Order: sequence, then C-alpha cells, then structure tokens
Amino acid sequence: MSTPPKPNPIFSGENRARLELDAKEIISRYPKARSALLPLLHLVQSEEGYVSNDGIAFCAEQLGLTTAEVTAVATFYTMYKRRPVGEYHVGVCTNPLCAVMGGDEIYSALKEHLGVENDGVTEDGKISLEHVECNAACDFAPVVMINWEFFDNQTPESMKKIVDDLRLGKDVKPTRGPNRLCTWKQASRVLAGFDDGRATEGPQAGEPSLAGLRLAKERGWQAPDPADTAAAADEEGTK
Amino acid sequence: MTTLTPVLSRNWDRPDSYTLDAYRENGGYEALRKALTMEPDAIVEMVKASGLRGRGGAGFPTGMKWGFLPKDNPKPRYLVVNADESEPGTCKDIPLMMANPHALIEGVIISAYAINSHQAFIYVRGEVLHVIRRLRHAVAEAYEAGLLGKDILGSGFDLDVVVHAGAGAYICGEETALLDSLEGYRGQPRLKPPFPAVAGLYASPTVVNNVESIATVPSIVANGAEWFKSMGTEKSAGFGFFSLSGHVKRPGQYEAPLGVTLRELLEMAGGIRDGHRLKFWTPGGSSTPIFTEEHIDIPLDFESVGGAGSMLGTRALQIFDETTSVVRVVRGWIEFYAHESCGKCTPCREGNYWMVQVLRRIEAGKGTQEDIDTLLDICDNLLGRSFCALGDGATSSVTSAIKYFREEFIAGTHTPAWELFPYQRTTRWANESVEEDA
Repeated sequence: MSTPPKPNPIFSGENRARLELDAKEIISRYPKARSALLPLLHLVQSEEGYVSNDGIAFCAEQLGLTTAEVTAVATFYTMYKRRPVGEYHVGVCTNPLCAVMGGDEIYSALKEHLGVENDGVTEDGKISLEHVECNAACDFAPVVMINWEFFDNQTPESMKKIVDDLRLGKDVKPTRGPNRLCTWKQASRVLAGFDDGRATEGPQAGEPSLAGLRLAKERGWQAPDPADTAAAADEEGTK
Repeated sequence: MTTLTPVLSRNWDRPDSYTLDAYRENGGYEALRKALTMEPDAIVEMVKASGLRGRGGAGFPTGMKWGFLPKDNPKPRYLVVNADESEPGTCKDIPLMMANPHALIEGVIISAYAINSHQAFIYVRGEVLHVIRRLRHAVAEAYEAGLLGKDILGSGFDLDVVVHAGAGAYICGEETALLDSLEGYRGQPRLKPPFPAVAGLYASPTVVNNVESIATVPSIVANGAEWFKSMGTEKSAGFGFFSLSGHVKRPGQYEAPLGVTLRELLEMAGGIRDGHRLKFWTPGGSSTPIFTEEHIDIPLDFESVGGAGSMLGTRALQIFDETTSVVRVVRGWIEFYAHESCGKCTPCREGNYWMVQVLRRIEAGKGTQEDIDTLLDICDNLLGRSFCALGDGATSSVTSAIKYFREEFIAGTHTPAWELFPYQRTTRWANESVEEDA
C-alpha cells in the first residue's frame, strides 16, 4: 500500500488559515465572488512563485468552482506561470518598436549571458527570462520589465550589469518604480491587492513623459483660458 | 500653427504630482464640487455638448455612450475604466496614472455620479506594478478625504472604487473581453449586441470608458463644453495625448488639440534622429494602417486620418526611419496578434498563425511569388470576420505595408530583410557606434 501524498505545507495548517483570510478579504471587494479569481491566482502565485495544481485547487475551493474551471483561466493569462520562475523575472519587450530600437539585441544578449532560452531560469533560481509584448512605455524604448517594474532606455550592457547585480544580491532600482526592486513573490502579492506601502517612492514621471510639458512651458503655450471661451460663447448666444 | 495644450499633464513636473495635496493645489476636485451641485443628466448633456470622443481608439462619443443606459432597468449600474493599455505604440494612460492618478479618480466620481452608478472598477493591466501602487494610493487618499465612500462631500452620493489588476492579455483591452475577465473568466470578446450599456458587467447596464476619456471629464465640467470645443476640430473636439516613439530625437507625450499634424509634432520633438529621414509611421498604434512621408501634413483628427485610409486610434505615433525594414516590423506585429488572439474566432486564430509563417519566410528572403497574394487573401478572409477588432486590426499593417512598400515584400523572395536593412542600424545606440567606427 502506498502512503497518501503529503499535503502541500503552503496550503495546509496555519498558512492555509492565513491565506483563507486573505482570500476572504479579496472576495469581499466584489459584488460577485468569481470576480476575485484573477487576484486569487496572483495570491497563490505570491506564495509559491507560480500557479501550481495545489494553488488552483485552493482558488477553486474558495470560490466553489471546479479545478477545471480555474485551470482554464490560469492558462489563459500570460502573467500566471505554471512552472517556477526566477526570483527576478526579466521581460524584454520585443514588440516591433522596442525590437527595432534595440530590444532584439538586448534579448539575445541576455539569452547568451544567462545561458537560458525563452521562459528559462538560471541554475541558481535567481533570474528567468522571457520576451514580452508592448508594455506601454514606447517613448522609453527599448524597455525591459523586471518583476513588472520599468527599466527604461536599456542597452545590452546595462541589462547584463543589472542581472549580474541581482544574482549577486545587490539592490537594484527601477527607472520608474520604488527605490528597490521587490521579489517576484512580493510583486505578485501587490497584484493580488495587498499594498506594500511603496507607492510614494520613485519619480512621478520620466523625462519623455515631460517632453511636451517642458516644451509648452518654454514656448509659453497653454490650453485656452476658460474665461475667453465663455465670453465667446456668450457673444455667439446674443447674435 | 498648432500649439500644445497641457491639461492632464500640466502638473506632471511636480515631484509630488500624484498626491492628493498636489492635485488639489492645482484646482483638483473643484470640478467634483461643481458636478455634485448639478443634475446628473445635465452632466451627461454637457459631455455630449463638448463633443468628447472616446480616447481608447474607437472614438465613440462619450456622452452618447452614457446616454445608451436604459432608464427602466432596475439592476445596479457599473462604471468600468479600461486601463488595460496595451495596443503596441500606446503609452499615454500609464504615465497619466503614474503621475496624475487623481485626475482619473475625480473623473470616475463625476462620471459615476452622472450615470447614477455606485460601484466603479478600474481594470488596469497587471504588468505595471508601480502604476497599480499609485492608483491604489490615490483611491485610499480619496476615501480618507471623503471623496469616495458614503455621502461624498455631503452630497448624499455614494461610490466605491476597486482597482483590479489584470494578468497579461492584450485582448482584455476589448471592452467585452475586459468584462468577462473582470467577472473571473478567460478574457474573450462577447458577441454584440447586447452592448455593455444594456448587458455589461454581471449582465447589468455598464459603461466602459478609457482612462484618458474619464480623466478628461473633470476639465470639461470645470471649464465648460465651449472651452473644450475651442480646441480641436469641429467633429474631433478637444485635446489628447500624442505619443511619439521610435526614431525621433525627443520621444514622449505631447498633449495637443486634435488636428495637429505629424510635421508639427516632429518639429516639437526635435525631428527624426540626425542623418535620417522618416520612412513610415502609425497614426494610432499597430492596428491602424501605416502612413508614410506623404501623410505628414494630414490633420490628426478622426475624420482626416480616416479619409486618408487609416485610423486615429490611440494617437500612438510610432516613427520608423529609412534604416527600418517594413517586413521585419510587420512580421513582429503579426507575431503579436497571433500570440494575443484569444482563439475564439477561427479567422483570427488561424489567419494570424499562418501569416506569421509566411512573413517569417519573406523576412528570411525565402518568400515565394505567391506569398503577397496569400497574405492579401488571408487578410481578406480575416477582416470583418471575427467578433472583435483584434482580427481586423491585424490586417491593417499587412495590407497597408504591401500597398506602400510592395517592393520590399518582393525582395523577400530572394534577399533576407536583415541584408537589405542591417538590423544593428536601427537601434537607439546605432548612431553612436557609427561615430565610434569612424
């Protein structure tokens, strides 16, 4: 007779009780419980670093769904990983605008430097690599995301240094983000809706975001004065 | 000459611009006070009169969308903000929410009041962690200040806002796919009708609006519809972000009246990078047919861009100079659509998959004489034959690139694109290395 499999310690005992409280809080935000499924999947990912079958079962039990229903959702979205990723997950934008601006070179340089293919993880478990689609920072191209924080205007050399620093355990600061990069699991917990108190760190905007505003100030350009348009409208009305 | 009109971006150079205090110092939440003294219908009429059209790409009149909510449906109404910005080239909502989240929150409160909704959701893509932090921080500040929750500013109006993080799927930017995703399902578009106004979130009447559209509402309430209409063109009123990226000297966000031209914007952005010239560009993201140098003076408003065979879309101006292979770029875009197709509709799922195979072969110089016809035939079978606009959008770059640069596709029958257009010449640092070599 074989012994029954040992329960996953993350989803049993005290840890499970804690996660069930988190799950309740997430579910309470929504008019209908099932809306909590995406944040719940982020939550189980924040515990294990990926969405395991046990994580799927946990989500299913919280929402009264079947594991098949949860699996169908978990496999649809690219941010849910079905296998462990690195402590720092590096996503190089290779959508054409970034690719042309140097994203393709950064991606191939990192593959070679780290010795991994797409979706691969370094042997020390520190870094995983994937190419990502447009991350809405095209004016900062080429862009790399690490644990979904912005690393703007990168080069192959700058990125090799950043991943080296991360593997050495040094603090790394995103271009537009908090003062220090958090881990993949910590990032997933923020995505599940639990704040880490770091919203006020980092800059409010990068230089390209300010390009138009700076030029407008330099040239004395601004939106029309509402008083002028109101007066014009009155004149129009009296004609 | 058109000049810039910073409204939403006007406080972005303050290091604390994302805080409630900074926003209030620049007049923030005054529009809300005014709105709460108005009849909700009067706000809807005001937004209609302003001519504001959706800033998420389609350009549907915002006030009219609100007006479609049925009067007699007893179910709760929902306001859902589409903050899933992911159309390639589009990069306006993300910096807006990072630098000025309260403009969006104020817009959410006013818009929800106007449509009589007590529950709003901001569906933000998951891959922008710091933006999510900033949004949640702004929502928390607003609750604390009595701007959200029960009896907002003593008006008797209640509103709750949930910031909901997505999980990586371009298709969730499509409004009905977004609603399915928000309900906890795979994000797949629904067949319309019924439209969300009638049966949206939880089959309840729902308004889905883009971030920039909602964030623009407070300025209209504060300054009046006439003020808004004094900018832009007759049918494309007001201002919007024009996001320049690629081979320009100063890429970035330029908030300007609709109808500004690329020539004017390029002058503001310092022009194409030194020693190079414009080759092709997108007026509104990768789903809008490409333009070339000949379109540089077309007013960037909905009608003029449409009249010239493309779409204004999200005003995402991706600029490529003469070093760039159009085949390489189109191959990359179609790989994107193939990856992001949700798989529901066969023409989109299969059409994009097969176009990738053909385009990779052309890029490698191994194309056949029939390949251009094959691509056009696939596009013909894709356009208008899927539930949502993802499939239609995929065909835009293929058909327009073949129209303007057919010879590059023909060259793909014998010469790889990377030989015709050496790829290292396109990078941001290419000019530097040329100088070093010399």
